[in-house]
Amino acid sequence: MTDDVDRNRRHFLTVATAVTGGAGLVAATIPFLSSLKPSARAQALGAPVEVPVGSLEPGEMIRVMWRGKLVYVLRRTEEMLSRLGSVTGYLDDPDSANVEQQPEYAVNEYRSVKPEFLVVEGSCTHLGCAPLAEFQVGPADDWQGGFFCPCHGSRFDLSGRVYKGVPAPTNLRVPPYRFIREDIIMIGVDSGAA
Amino acid sequence: MARIESEVGTRTGAVMKWIDDRFPFTETMKYHITEYYASKNFNWWYIFGVLAMVVLVIQILSGIFLTMNYKPSATDAFASVEYIMRDVEWGWLIRYMHSTGASFFFIVVYLHMYRAMLYGSYKKPRELIWVIGMLIFFVLFAEAFAGYLLPWGQMSYWGAQVIISLFGAIPVVGEALVEIIRGDYAITDITLNRFFALHVIVLPLALIALVFVHIVALHHVGSNNPDGVEIKEHKGPDGIPLDGIAFHPYHTTKDLVGIIVFLMLFSAVMFFAPDMGGYFLEHANFEPANVMATPEHIAPVWYFTPFYAILRAVPDKLWGAVLMAGSVLLPAFLPWLDRARVKSIRYRGWIYKMALGAFVISFCTLGWLGMQPAEGLYVLMARIFSVIYFAFFLTMPYYTTIDKTKPVPERVVYHG
Repeated sequence: MTDDVDRNRRHFLTVATAVTGGAGLVAATIPFLSSLKPSARAQALGAPVEVPVGSLEPGEMIRVMWRGKLVYVLRRTEEMLSRLGSVTGYLDDPDSANVEQQPEYAVNEYRSVKPEFLVVEGSCTHLGCAPLAEFQVGPADDWQGGFFCPCHGSRFDLSGRVYKGVPAPTNLRVPPYRFIREDIIMIGVDSGAA
Repeated sequence: MARIESEVGTRTGAVMKWIDDRFPFTETMKYHITEYYASKNFNWWYIFGVLAMVVLVIQILSGIFLTMNYKPSATDAFASVEYIMRDVEWGWLIRYMHSTGASFFFIVVYLHMYRAMLYGSYKKPRELIWVIGMLIFFVLFAEAFAGYLLPWGQMSYWGAQVIISLFGAIPVVGEALVEIIRGDYAITDITLNRFFALHVIVLPLALIALVFVHIVALHHVGSNNPDGVEIKEHKGPDGIPLDGIAFHPYHTTKDLVGIIVFLMLFSAVMFFAPDMGGYFLEHANFEPANVMATPEHIAPVWYFTPFYAILRAVPDKLWGAVLMAGSVLLPAFLPWLDRARVKSIRYRGWIYKMALGAFVISFCTLGWLGMQPAEGLYVLMARIFSVIYFAFFLTMPYYTTIDKTKPVPERVVYHG
């Protein structure tokens, strides 16, 4: 019996079946895996939001939602802005060199379009907790005010710049935004030209 | 066996024969229950495997009844849990049974794993039983984590935020992976819906399949015992291990006593302290998820805290995630890290006893530290105990080789 077996033919059929079946299997995983990605509705909800900031008192911060993410809008006082320079030595990325974390127009000491208004995502770059606003100058650790993450102790200054030696690897992310009027910010759209 | 044979010729005997010709019922019962011989010197450490099965059944039953009233949507989830608690008849009992069961599952499984470490149950020829057991442990972690999101409380939400973000630490593919896990750009209704699917279908199926394989492997090799000697090496003329007694009725009747005591403890917690002072049900979770604010102090449920403390001990995102994953994975390699020639702690030298003691202390302390805020002395302590935790595993090939062991007896030592 065995002598009648055409081994080449059998080998060819085995490989051909395995390859065809394997290709089918791979193709079949595509719809399943794709269904796990953000759906069309989830993507559509990423529309820009308008935030009126005219009524913000200096030193006041509001929280708004954009794309299901928390965004902080802080109106900094002159005094707060003056503290920014004093902490530079303790920061990991004081010059916002990491291009991923902000649009080009926010690459400056204030990490903002107008120094007065800070717009950052309220999501710690470590593991996504919402950092607490601790704007007062504190006695402990020479604290110059900023954001403190209660989950794992990451610290950021009043421009959302990360301190050295904390778990968070990068500065808080600045979302794309622009001023559509003197007192209204639109989050989610770029100003185009910087 | 005698009983079944005596029934030949009777009506029951005929029915059994009809079944056995078509399905190996009697054969399977004998192989796994009435003629599965386990060592006669089992002590109370050997109750936890059975108890884990009991809790699995409790979780599946109570879970099924919870799904009858729970709604997996961001707008309804929290309210539907409150509805179960207040308006569904006995709903509070079913929910507390399930939440208490989750913690007891881990208590029982941790003790079950510790038993294996005490008596070297993971050593040759039981390496696969241990590895399959570790897979069960990983699935159990995923199951507990997915389940914790479902009530959609503050801790559910922010706990999930932290753990899902961990995957973002993986270089290159991390961010895309996180998006696929969440199914959205943040944790939303979509995430809750898919975690529900994972919690009630995918992971329980995997869990049951793995438990089945775990037991098949165990019954193939045979159970270890507190002396760590192979009872199959000394068989009587009937082919039965001299130190073995049948699982049923001998071990089962003894186990029943253990199960009753366990259920008493379980009921005490379920009826009188279902939140266990915030350890089994965290107080922040009695508040609905608020995307705008992280609770001032967040900590996972107690069974995750040892590993969470290791995560927080590292001041770097990627390395924190790597070391935490490492701390969960490392025990899976115990069969190959442990080079000692004896299995049981009874015949090991002082070095291993010290090492195991240090491991237990560091594991428990890390568990406590994982619930404390990440600051000052706590961080320093977490770093020290993380080092001890890893050292226990990583230096094991060395210290188990030089440790002076005692001679192991031929047969099990049995008093009474």
